[in-house]
Amino acid sequence: MSSARLTRRSLLKTSAAGLGAAMLPFGLPRAALAQEALTIGVVYVGPKDDFGWNQAHAVSMDILKGVPGVTVVEEENVPETGACAKSMESMINLDGATLILGTSFGYFDPFMVDLANKYPDIQFRHAAPLWSADKHPMNLGGYFCYLNQAHFVDGVAAALSSTTGKIGFVAAKPIPTVLSNINSVLLGARSVRPDATVQVIFTGDWSLPVREAEAANALVDAGCDVLTCHVDGPKVVIETAEARGVKCCGHNASQAALAPNGFITGAEYKWETIYTMYADMLAKGEALPNVVVGGYHNDMVRNTAYGAGATPEAIAAADAAIADLKAGKPIYAGPLKDNAGNVVIDKIYDNYDPFLDGMGYLLEGVIGSTT
Amino acid sequence: MLSPEVLTVLIAMLGGAIRVSTPYLFVALGETLTEKSGRINLGLEGNLVLGAMMAYAVSFHTGQPWLGVLAACGAGLFLGLLHGVICSLPRVNDIAVGIALMSFGTGAAFFFGKPYIQPQAPRLEGLALGEWSSNPALKQALLINPLFFLGIAIAVLLWWALANTRPGLILRMTGDSEASARAMGVNPVRVRILATVAGGGLAGIGGAFLSLSYPGSWNEGLSSGQGLMAVALVIFARWNPLRCVWAALLFGAAGAIGPALQSVGISQGYYFFNAAPYILTLFIMIASARAGLAAQSAPGELSIVK
Repeated sequence: MSSARLTRRSLLKTSAAGLGAAMLPFGLPRAALAQEALTIGVVYVGPKDDFGWNQAHAVSMDILKGVPGVTVVEEENVPETGACAKSMESMINLDGATLILGTSFGYFDPFMVDLANKYPDIQFRHAAPLWSADKHPMNLGGYFCYLNQAHFVDGVAAALSSTTGKIGFVAAKPIPTVLSNINSVLLGARSVRPDATVQVIFTGDWSLPVREAEAANALVDAGCDVLTCHVDGPKVVIETAEARGVKCCGHNASQAALAPNGFITGAEYKWETIYTMYADMLAKGEALPNVVVGGYHNDMVRNTAYGAGATPEAIAAADAAIADLKAGKPIYAGPLKDNAGNVVIDKIYDNYDPFLDGMGYLLEGVIGSTT
Repeated sequence: MLSPEVLTVLIAMLGGAIRVSTPYLFVALGETLTEKSGRINLGLEGNLVLGAMMAYAVSFHTGQPWLGVLAACGAGLFLGLLHGVICSLPRVNDIAVGIALMSFGTGAAFFFGKPYIQPQAPRLEGLALGEWSSNPALKQALLINPLFFLGIAIAVLLWWALANTRPGLILRMTGDSEASARAMGVNPVRVRILATVAGGGLAGIGGAFLSLSYPGSWNEGLSSGQGLMAVALVIFARWNPLRCVWAALLFGAAGAIGPALQSVGISQGYYFFNAAPYILTLFIMIASARAGLAAQSAPGELSIVK
């Protein structure tokens, strides 16, 4: 890391000659490079130790750092604006990165798409299911863990651990992955308790601790007795739930320690499964696939170990739900209506069906609005 | 009788006013004190963030949240001292120094704060003033942190002292006319350094509230610009400590509107409602500026007024 920084500094000071030297790898074939030295540039939207999304990635990144000949350059707190394109471009031009991993949803379009067109020799991978072969360049791709499967299990456990059947959900932005997590909590809850509801409050951004606390309090005041969330750092929501004496389900990483009384279970990514696969392929000099997705069936998500808030019935039902998901049981078994009464899911969809990636609605039973 | 939804939103706004306003109040009071002496310290966001980090770290290591509050105050005093001393050098612009110290304060807090994002530190206990009520939402809204009362007490004290005491008179005189202060034998540089140090300390305490009470956790997104908004609130409060209290309460209540409306089912347009505090401030600023009142009450020695 320090040597990479030094390179960047000194290169900035020197003239085009220095830049040219850094760009030398451009002419070489990728496979040959991977054997010798490969620099991977990783860009995070928040701090690497946020107890959530970024930490889940950063911890798994150690697996890539362990591959001989691989250097990982990382930059944290990069907003989803032109700033991310600048960071990635400087990783390519100054650090000699030939694989760029963009870990935040908003990096993809237009920033990573434009960069992939501009640098056809560089490989780009983005942590969301947004890439499609007919629309985007072939040196770009996506990888994603379908966390909504673990949220479905959260919903099952939450509904059976709740008294009121009202689950509160603090969400950042109404993008498809977040909406799918909310809808999956609802479907999980309704699979064991048909009268359960999920009430959602959107805060508007990935990390706004004060507003997250306000939202959590507002949900408890509205009668919810289980809270869960989809924000970058769930610590505030979980701590607020515990302080208000309601139960909670975690998100991104394990928050069990934050809520010794009320923690039920939580949805966790297993990015290490993907990054281990990437590391193996890079070590062998193989090309990375454009798309890697998975969920319970291929060990890419998990639920946190049950906490004190989980009732025995909840644990039994959640374990059964996990077994079903591993066997490929579909979550979105249509026909299903959205909360405005329109049929949005017409038939039964497989858990990895691309149709679901474009989700822009909240299902019937969710109290809230995407706009 | 109010419908339950309206009641819920009103209680949430009351709770929000009390919970969210405290950091704004401390920073605004600190800024008022500094600006009354004729200097602007735009860097209080840095004091707020560094104070939050220090408070959390000290509370975590000692198990004493009130020691954390002291540490936050100390961090604020230190940044205030830096600002005060640097601005006393010839031909130094206080606004530029403020912005530099804001970056320094937040940067130092992020750098030293890395190990404290995950651990849980003991928090300041609130005073349960809502035990008489059977409404859990109202009980929660009236679970009030002592720092809130401390802030109000400081505001009243400042308001009284500025108008009725000799140090208050010296402070106002230094801020309004440096020449008069010198003629009276007052050293304006010393007064300004002291005012900036004290103001910085108050902003640091505001940071302790953020990390030890509400939301009660340290991370890098904790403040999200509250220190900057509070500096704007001072102009809106027209350099009056009592008006700072109302401004902070109003701002806190407006911030609670977005989540509260979504909780009662009014969920369309939440981006607009989340922007309520800023829209509100903007309108009040326009209204007060038009009357020329802000310009009248501004201390005469402020570099933006001169």
